[in-house]
Amino acid sequence: MLHLENLLIRQGDFSLTADWSLERGQKLAIIGPSGGGKSTLLSAIAGLIPITAGRIHLGGQDASELPPAKRPVSLLFQDHNLFPHLSVGRNVGLGLRPDLKLSRDQWQQVDAVLVQVGLEGLAARQPGALSGGQRQRVALARALLRKRPVLMLDEPFAALGPALKSEMLELVAQIVSDNELTLVMVTHDPNDARRISDVVSLVTDSVAQAPQETQNLFANPPKALAHYLGQEDF
Amino acid sequence: MVNRAQQITRSALAGYGAAGFLAALSLGTLGVVALKAGGLSGLNGGDLAAIRFTVAQALASAILSVALAIPVARALARRQFRGRGLLVTLLGAPFILPVIVAVLGLLAVYGRASVISEALQSLGFTRLDIYGFSGVVLAHVFFNLPLATRLFLQGWQAIPSEHFRLAAGLGMNSRDISRHLERPMLGRVLPGTFATIFLLCVTSFAVALTLGGGPRATTIELAIYQAFRFDFDLSKAALLALVQFGLTAIAAVLAWRLTRPARLGTGFDQPVKRWDCNGVGAVTLDALTLTLTALFLLLPLAAVALKGLAGLPDLPFSILPAALRSIAVALTSALLTLSLALPLAQTIARTSPHRPRLAGLLEGAGYLSIAASPMVIGTGLFIALFPLVDPARLALPITALVNAALSLPFALRALIPALREVEREYGPLADSLGMRGLARFRLMTWPRIRPAAGFAAGLAAALSMGDLGVIALFADPDAATLPLMLYRLMGSYQMEAANGAALLLVGLSLALFWGFDRGGRVRAAS
Repeated sequence: MLHLENLLIRQGDFSLTADWSLERGQKLAIIGPSGGGKSTLLSAIAGLIPITAGRIHLGGQDASELPPAKRPVSLLFQDHNLFPHLSVGRNVGLGLRPDLKLSRDQWQQVDAVLVQVGLEGLAARQPGALSGGQRQRVALARALLRKRPVLMLDEPFAALGPALKSEMLELVAQIVSDNELTLVMVTHDPNDARRISDVVSLVTDSVAQAPQETQNLFANPPKALAHYLGQEDF
Repeated sequence: MVNRAQQITRSALAGYGAAGFLAALSLGTLGVVALKAGGLSGLNGGDLAAIRFTVAQALASAILSVALAIPVARALARRQFRGRGLLVTLLGAPFILPVIVAVLGLLAVYGRASVISEALQSLGFTRLDIYGFSGVVLAHVFFNLPLATRLFLQGWQAIPSEHFRLAAGLGMNSRDISRHLERPMLGRVLPGTFATIFLLCVTSFAVALTLGGGPRATTIELAIYQAFRFDFDLSKAALLALVQFGLTAIAAVLAWRLTRPARLGTGFDQPVKRWDCNGVGAVTLDALTLTLTALFLLLPLAAVALKGLAGLPDLPFSILPAALRSIAVALTSALLTLSLALPLAQTIARTSPHRPRLAGLLEGAGYLSIAASPMVIGTGLFIALFPLVDPARLALPITALVNAALSLPFALRALIPALREVEREYGPLADSLGMRGLARFRLMTWPRIRPAAGFAAGLAAALSMGDLGVIALFADPDAATLPLMLYRLMGSYQMEAANGAALLLVGLSLALFWGFDRGGRVRAAS
């Protein structure tokens, strides 16, 4: 589903390489120290920043030159996922048509998808009137409407409290399995990775390492992961 | 990236178009005037006197404004008192105050017939006379002391409050704080402020027209006006315009190099908590400074208001069409300003991350009008369009266009940071959703920049409403604007009517600014 072929991203002094792939339906967590390039990798896959060398294949086609909106991915950021001046319904509707010229049928789809994420009847609200968790649900609803096979999340729940975060992770897990999506999630919290992912890629020392099975990896952490987790002495 | 470069081509074209148009407006018109003149003539003694006077008054105005602004800004930065916000707002008022109204107010306070003059005479001194050098400098300080104060205040508030806390912890007194925190800040802010004020005073026209004049108090811009209006000496006008261009270009480059970019209208809210300056002497000094500043700004304004109210019944009926003409010119100018500034600012905001030099060049085109002579722009347009259109019908459109060009630097200063912020915060989201072109502007950009656009349009409308510049060239009695009418009333010593017209003018300018600024903010979601 996702194949990074000799990928190199360079921005000034910063560089990151990756050379691995992910199967359809797999759930990948990307973990590693902050500033290591986790978000940069996601932005490159989404087409928001240019790559220096290598190719990005998505769903069997070379996506390296595609504009962001043409790539078969949906990306949720940590913030600025919604336009604060547009209502919840209009924010979601942008997922169907970026100029918002929707038919009545399409507006009904918007209402229906809001029900799916537990926000029934809130279409007319402004984002400012919602809680942080509700706002990310709106963004998820839009991602659902876009029906892109790869869902990418860039620490979208980092600002939420523990209970709310676990609720949102459950919702994501359910959405991913119901819609048979491939999930790529950046997190700095190893517990998130344990809960939702079946493979983990560690980003450290300018390399995004090939994904390994979550359970095995945490059971026998290699040196770099142990260092990141603070487990070297055990 | 390739695809991104392709998708912005159409809007970038509009930006380059606007930049080209502005460059042609500033430089092309100068060329037209020089061509028509068939060459440049030499400068005579009077011209040299005008150049000397221009530089001298601009230097004096800049030095006085900057020197007086330092204690005012320091007092505002370190004191919390009731009415502080009001005083800071008052410091913004001269910016949209029509020059001719301010001149009338200053004459009412410091003129030969003022209360101060009466008092001086009864004490055996001579009456004040502010025509000439002193009056020109006084008016320039009236306009630029508030500007300098606001810029310095921004500098003061940019010093992190932790530094003052640290200084207090180390037991520093006011002198130590001045040496370690305040003087380094002033060293960064002062040169740019000085150069900016010098620049604004070099091209001064309306102040020199009303308070100066004669061989000993003529600015270059006024000399250009006289060359056109009284001698129709195009070659002299073009030569003087070149001299002025050179002077302003030097000052503009200095101002630009010395200025750290600061955003308009940010963070005047909270004074920093200070521990070092609560002695009786410091408190008294600050109180005195602020009281005098408030009086300096308020007295002329109060005089305009009081005398204006008394003068309203004396207004001739012809004031009505003049006011309507001015409103039409102001609205057209605001519209033109936005139509030029929006595509230009958008292109600058988008090019600057990848191609900073190109973005700098585009921004320079927007600022060219500061260095250009409005008189020359107006005359150049007049000469160029003369064969095509009836000249009598050109006065108002040309005035609106020239005013728009003059407002553009301020519009760009407001719009570019706003556009950069939108692109930084919401650009990735819009890219990933595929929002492009008009839909992107309508759904993402415009709702976010509406407050900045409203502010820019309000400023453009107010500046145009009060402008007494190019319109004076075409002094056609049937096409007079309100400021020109006010000038004529003053010239024919109908002071009651002039005072009434001044109040009407300042009311309309403020109303236009308020209306646009308010319109931009209303229901603007945060």
